Amino acid sequence: MALVTLTIDRKKVQVESGTTILEAAQQAGIKIPTLCYLEDVNVVGSCRICVVEVKGARTLQAACVTPVGEGMEISTNSAPVRKARRLNLELILSDHPFECLTCVRNQHCELQDLTAEMGIRESRFEGERVERPVDSSTPSIVRDPEKCILCRRCIAVCEHVQGVSAIGLNERGMETTVGPAFGDKLQEAACTMCGQCTLVCPVGALTEKEYVDDVWAVLSDPEKHVVVQTAPAIRVSIGEAFGLDVGEVSTGKLVAALRALGFDRVFDTDFTADLTIMEEGHELIDRIQSGGVLPMFTSCSPGWIKFIEHFYPELLPNLSTCKSPQQMFGALAKTFYAEKAGIDPASIVVVSIMPCTAKKFEAQRPEMNSSGYQDVDYVLTTRELGRMIAEAGIDFRSLEEEDYDAPLGMSTGAAVIFGATGGVMEAALRTAYEVLTGDELPGLDFEPVRGLQGIKEAEVDVAGTTVKVAVSHGLSNARELMERIKSGEADWHFVEIMCCPGGCIGGGGQPIPTNTETRQQRIGGIYQADKDLALRKSHDNPAVKELYEEYLEKPLGHKSHELLHTHYTARGRFTDKAEDKAEDKAKDVASDAD
Amino acid sequence: MEEKVCVCQEEDYGALEKAIETNRGNAGALIQVLHTAQESLGYVPRKAQEMIAEGLNVSLAEIYGVVTFYSLFSLKPKGRVQVNCCQGTACYVRGAPKVLERLQRELGISPGDTTDDREFSLEVVRCLGACGLAPVLTVNEDTHARIKADRVSALLERYRKPESN
Ligand code: SF4
Ligand code: SF4
Ligand code: SF4
Ligand code: FES
Repeated sequence: MALVTLTIDRKKVQVESGTTILEAAQQAGIKIPTLCYLEDVNVVGSCRICVVEVKGARTLQAACVTPVGEGMEISTNSAPVRKARRLNLELILSDHPFECLTCVRNQHCELQDLTAEMGIRESRFEGERVERPVDSSTPSIVRDPEKCILCRRCIAVCEHVQGVSAIGLNERGMETTVGPAFGDKLQEAACTMCGQCTLVCPVGALTEKEYVDDVWAVLSDPEKHVVVQTAPAIRVSIGEAFGLDVGEVSTGKLVAALRALGFDRVFDTDFTADLTIMEEGHELIDRIQSGGVLPMFTSCSPGWIKFIEHFYPELLPNLSTCKSPQQMFGALAKTFYAEKAGIDPASIVVVSIMPCTAKKFEAQRPEMNSSGYQDVDYVLTTRELGRMIAEAGIDFRSLEEEDYDAPLGMSTGAAVIFGATGGVMEAALRTAYEVLTGDELPGLDFEPVRGLQGIKEAEVDVAGTTVKVAVSHGLSNARELMERIKSGEADWHFVEIMCCPGGCIGGGGQPIPTNTETRQQRIGGIYQADKDLALRKSHDNPAVKELYEEYLEKPLGHKSHELLHTHYTARGRFTDKAEDKAEDKAKDVASDAD
Repeated sequence: MEEKVCVCQEEDYGALEKAIETNRGNAGALIQVLHTAQESLGYVPRKAQEMIAEGLNVSLAEIYGVVTFYSLFSLKPKGRVQVNCCQGTACYVRGAPKVLERLQRELGISPGDTTDDREFSLEVVRCLGACGLAPVLTVNEDTHARIKADRVSALLERYRKPESN
C-alpha cells in the first residue's frame, strides 16, 4: 500500500492512500465533529459538519468523504472552519423543533451534543417549518419526521445492512423527507420492525414505541399478577445504561432491579430457549429422518420472520414451526404456570424485556394467543427498562445480586448463547449430538459458528451423519443465503438466521451506541456467562425435564403443538398486492406444516 | 359523494411491460424504464412503480425517491389543461408569487400536481423568455401576459369544460 504524507493542524501524519481526511485525523488523535457520517454504514457527505480547510482548495471540504492527498495541509479548526460548521449546524437547527426536554433522546442525542459542543447560544434563523405528523402506526417503531435531520443513516442501514429498503429519501428541496414510498405509514411498508434504524438515528426521529406507562399501570394494579421474562441478551447490556462496562454480565443485578420495580415473579426467557432447543432439535431430527423440507430455518427472530414473509414467502415451509422463546414463555405462563400456581390466567400479565423492537410486533400477532389470551402482553426494550429503573431511583450498580424465580427461571448456558449469532446453532448441536449418539460431547464450544463474520458454514459429524449448517446475521446476509438456497447450490440441513447484526446482542432495542465494538464486547459477555454456568446443555435443564414430565409429555407432542408451535403469513413485497396473495399462500403453508 | 372516476381510456402498460422484460433484474436500467413509463402512460403511478420494483429488483422506496426527485417524472397524469406559471426573476418581482398563490387556491393543488378530476395541472417554470410581458402564464398553447392575481379566476373559467360547473 502506498503511503501518503500530509499535515493536519501542523502535525505530520502518514496514512495509506485512499484514507479519508476524517480517518487520517482519527489516526492522528485529532477529533473532527461529524453528524451524518457513521462508520461502515453511512458515508454520504450531506451534513457538512465535518468541513475542514485544505490549503489551496477553493472551498472547505467535507472530511468524511474527501480522500487525503500527498502534501495536503489541513486545518480542522481555523476560524473559517468553525464559522462554516456553526452555520451548517444552525441551518439544521432552523428546521428542528426545540423539544429536548420531552424528547426520548434527551441527553442521548447527537444533535444536542453537537449544539452544546459548538457553543450555539441562540437560534438565529427561524426557518420555515414544514408540519409533518408522527407515524406511530406500528407496534414497534415511531417515526417523528419533524425531528429528522435528513442524515440518511437509517436509509443506509435498512438498505445495506438489512437488505430491506423499507424507507428512502423522498421529494426534494424543502419538501425532502425520509420514509416509506408514497408517504405510506411504516405499517403499510415491507418493514421488518427490526429497529436497526432506531440504533443509528442520531436524533429522536426514529425510536422504539414505548410501553413503559402501560407496565407501570399493571405493576400498581393489585388485581394483576405481573410476571417478567428477560431475554438472553439483556444481562450483558442493561448495565450500559448505568455506566457498567459494555458486555459486563449483570444477571443478578438485573433480577434484583426487576424485583425492586415490583414484578411478582422474575422469570427468564432462557428457560424457554432451552425448551426451544428441545422442540426445534426434535423437529430437525424428524425432518431429516422423514424426508421433510430442508434446510430447516430457525424461527426465534421475529424480524427475520417478517422478512421471509415479505420477501421469500415461497420458502416459508423451511421455517421451523417453533415459536420464539418469548412466545413459548407467554403461552406457558398463562397455562402451565397459571395452573401450577393456582392463579387465574386472566389476571396474569406477561411482560418481556427484549433487546428487540420486532418482539413488540411479534407479541401482537393475532396467532400468538394459544393460552386463550394474548400470550405476551407488553414488550419493553433494554432501553425502556433502563429508563424505568432510573425513574424508580434504583441504584443499579450497588444492587445485591439475586436469583430468578422457579420454575420458569431455570436455564443453562445453551440458552444464554441464544443472545449471540451462532448461539442457537451451537445450543442445538450440543443437544442433537448427545441425543442422537447417547455419548457425552467431548468439547462444548463450536467455534466455527461463533463470531461476527456475516455468513458462517460448518459440517458437524453427528452419530455418523454429516450435518451441514449455516449461520447468518443481518438480513442482507439472510438474503444471500435465501438466494443460494433458491438457486439450488446449497445443501445445508439447518440454517440459523438472526435479523440483527451480531444477533440479539445487537438488536434494535439495545443501548445506543450499538456498533461493531460494543457488539463484540457483548458477545464476549455472552460466552462468559455460558462458561460460568454449571449446566450448559438444554436437555440437562431439570426444569425443562420436569415440564415435559408434568405437562407437555414429549417434544412435538400434542400439547407442544398447541402451545409452542405456530404458522406463518405470506405477505409479499407490497402491502396492497399482498392482501389477496396472503390468503391462499397462508393456507398452503399451514397445510405443509401440518 | 360520488367520486369522479377516470374518464380516460384504459391505460396501456404494453410498452412498460416490454421495457421491464428486456431489463429484468437490471437495476441499472431504472431511469430508462421510468422514462418509458412516463412517456407511455403520461405519469408513473404506483402500479407501474411496483411492476418495475418487481421486474428490475429495485426497492419501491428507491424508485419512489427517484420519481419524486426528478421533475421529469410525475405521480399523477397531466391534466387536460396545463397551466405553467413563470417564477423567473422578472415575473417574480412583478407579482408572480401572488398569481401562483391564487392559482393554487383556485385549483386546490400545489405545483407539480393535478386536480382529482384530471382537468388541470399546475407547474412552476423558470423564465419563459417573455420578460417584457411579466408576469407571464401559459395555459396549454396560449400565453397570457401581465397577469394579475385577481384575474386568475376568470381566466381559468375560460378553460373549464362547459358541462363541469
Ligand atoms: S432530537 Fe435531539 S435536539 Fe431534537 S428535540 Fe430530541 S433531544 Fe432535542
Ligand atoms: S425497522 Fe428495520 S426494516 Fe424497518 S425501516 Fe427500520 S431498519 Fe428498515
Ligand atoms: S430518521 Fe434519523 S437516521 Fe433517518 S435520516 Fe432522519 S435523522 Fe437520519
Ligand atoms: S459528517 Fe461529513 S458531511 Fe456529514
